[in-house]
Amino acid sequence: MAENFHRGVLEPNARLFAVLSTVAVTIGGLVEIVPMYSSAAGPEHMDEVTPYSPLELAGRDIYIREGCYNCHSQMIRPMQAETLRYGPWTRAGEYQYDHPFQLGSRRIGPDLQRVGGKYPDAWHYDHMKDPRSTSPGSIMPPYTWLYDAKISTNDVVASVGAMTTLGVPYEASPESWVPASVEKQGKEISARLAESNRDAAPDSEIVALTAYLQRLGVDGRKAIAAGSK
Amino acid sequence: MKTDSPNYDDAIVRKFAGVTVLWAAVGMLVGVIIALQLAWWPANLGLPWTTFGRLRPLHTNAVIFAFAGNALFAGIYWSMQRLLKVRMFNDTLSAIHFWGWQFIIVLAAVTLPLGLTAGKEYAELIWPIDILIALVWVAFAVNFFGTIAVRKVSHLYVSIWFYMSMIITITMLHVTNSLALPVSALKAYSIFPGMTDALVQWWYGHNAVGFLLTTPFLGLMYYFLPRASGRPVYSYRLSIIHFWALVFLYIWAGPHHLLYSALPDWAQTLGMVFSVMLIAPSWGGMLNGLLTLRGAWDRLRTDPILKFFVVGVTFYGMSTFEGPMMSIRAVNSLSHYTDWTIGHVHSGALGWVGMVTFGMLYWLFPRAWHKKLYSEDLATAHFWLATIGIVLYVVAMWVAGVTQGLMWRDVNADGLLEYPNFVDTVTRLLPFYWIRVIGGLMYLVGVLIMAFNFIKTANGTTDANLEVANG
Repeated sequence: MAENFHRGVLEPNARLFAVLSTVAVTIGGLVEIVPMYSSAAGPEHMDEVTPYSPLELAGRDIYIREGCYNCHSQMIRPMQAETLRYGPWTRAGEYQYDHPFQLGSRRIGPDLQRVGGKYPDAWHYDHMKDPRSTSPGSIMPPYTWLYDAKISTNDVVASVGAMTTLGVPYEASPESWVPASVEKQGKEISARLAESNRDAAPDSEIVALTAYLQRLGVDGRKAIAAGSK
Repeated sequence: MKTDSPNYDDAIVRKFAGVTVLWAAVGMLVGVIIALQLAWWPANLGLPWTTFGRLRPLHTNAVIFAFAGNALFAGIYWSMQRLLKVRMFNDTLSAIHFWGWQFIIVLAAVTLPLGLTAGKEYAELIWPIDILIALVWVAFAVNFFGTIAVRKVSHLYVSIWFYMSMIITITMLHVTNSLALPVSALKAYSIFPGMTDALVQWWYGHNAVGFLLTTPFLGLMYYFLPRASGRPVYSYRLSIIHFWALVFLYIWAGPHHLLYSALPDWAQTLGMVFSVMLIAPSWGGMLNGLLTLRGAWDRLRTDPILKFFVVGVTFYGMSTFEGPMMSIRAVNSLSHYTDWTIGHVHSGALGWVGMVTFGMLYWLFPRAWHKKLYSEDLATAHFWLATIGIVLYVVAMWVAGVTQGLMWRDVNADGLLEYPNFVDTVTRLLPFYWIRVIGGLMYLVGVLIMAFNFIKTANGTTDANLEVANG
């Protein structure tokens, strides 16, 4: 009789067919996605995890532009071999200010969730210029254009403003504090690089990318050390 | 037999079929290039716009939305007019759909190498293009439902069910997953935070596979396989059951891409359980396809079209067994992050989507152009190149994936990593990466042979009987 209903009622009635199809394909998504916004069932907030600095955010944009997520994950699984290699497994709260997410799905290169602080700035400087100088046998391409290209402070101000609209807790009116913040952090990294005889302008893309990479996983480590689950 | 009314719009079918071949060659060429880059890094060429990180999204977008997308549209425009015995609802909408879609593909081919990206896998296109996609898709949807509204046949055939589920679901997925706050004309940030963004993305990503690369292709199978084989669909009842089960279950499966991640456990478990259940409706479709050939198996020896269909449907069965298996946590702990996943998606893309498309095109081209196929032998050569190419590709990725997964988790008696240097687990894969280049190249050469065959066919002699006998 189900067959008769299908043939006799449903198949001649395109509108009813479309409505029932819509219902069938909607339920799963609603059940899975809506609870993510509830405090009980969704990811836990982590107080220790703070927003990226403006320069780190600019570096994150470069990370996205170059498609780093095609080869690098940012998600350490709770398994012995993973925590031995990369450090503590990832908590959801560590991503709470990530728009878009960058978990990745394939490790052609290693996970980067906790790469922050693992190497000195100079290592990243050398590695992005010639990956095989720091990692013999690596199949990563060099990113030589990051050394001349400059970030735009106006773009960073706009980015911080957009993130604020999305609910990331930055200080208000980014135009008043972001340029100074970008300049200060850029000069710090540039100075550290100069100490080891690497030359990079404070507003160069390699400095912004380094800032981002050096931040990855740092807050999460703190939160986990402080007793986060 | 009044099956081939001169009123049908076959010009639009010829357009979609033609660009399908073009974009197949382009998308697969980029695939071979990025495969080469992994085997031999200098192939990145040292230029920003030719690095793997920028070209890989170009490959995936070209193959999914340009090759598979246009193939679907060609098959849908041909079959739905004949199934509903009416011309497409509106020729202008058909034209907007065709030219709009090609314009989107060209924009993608320009923006992705420039590094203009939304940064979400399989949804990389920037927000202005996303809006354009939504508009063109709506034009297609209006044309589709308009044609249904003016149909001359009361009952909707099974193919139409599958097409309809695609149009509804892809609209929902694309609009939701693309929601972003623009920062500039070329950049926007996803409105969803971190873990939720990942869940929305994989809800989208997995169901782009489900509702663009699976359900509508099953619709094509239900139309073209009975025509190519001259046999009726094996079971009407099975088609009802597996259709509704498939569209209901598929949408839940996305979280299997996030097993062992920081996604809440309840969501991971839902993803795993529904993925495992998916095997039943998937195999229902495969069996309904293969059993449709009962009584026509002898023709498999000589008919290249049936060869393509049978291998395609078989790969569908293989990859819909493999997928649920990989969604089980214990298996996923080994397969995730490795080339096993790449092998799996290519047994679906090259094996199922590619082979069914080729079978359809070899059947469709002579009929849409009213010309006799230039060479059956070349079609058979294409079939064998493609089949051997897939096997080389998939086996190489299985071996590479399992090898690397085992090396990552190898811990010695002292509780230390056996391969602490990550690069050691990469260089071990290089021989398999070369095998993949060869397999992919064979598949690409097959497509080029098909293109040559079709160009010769279009320039060949007219065969008026084809349209009457087989419309």
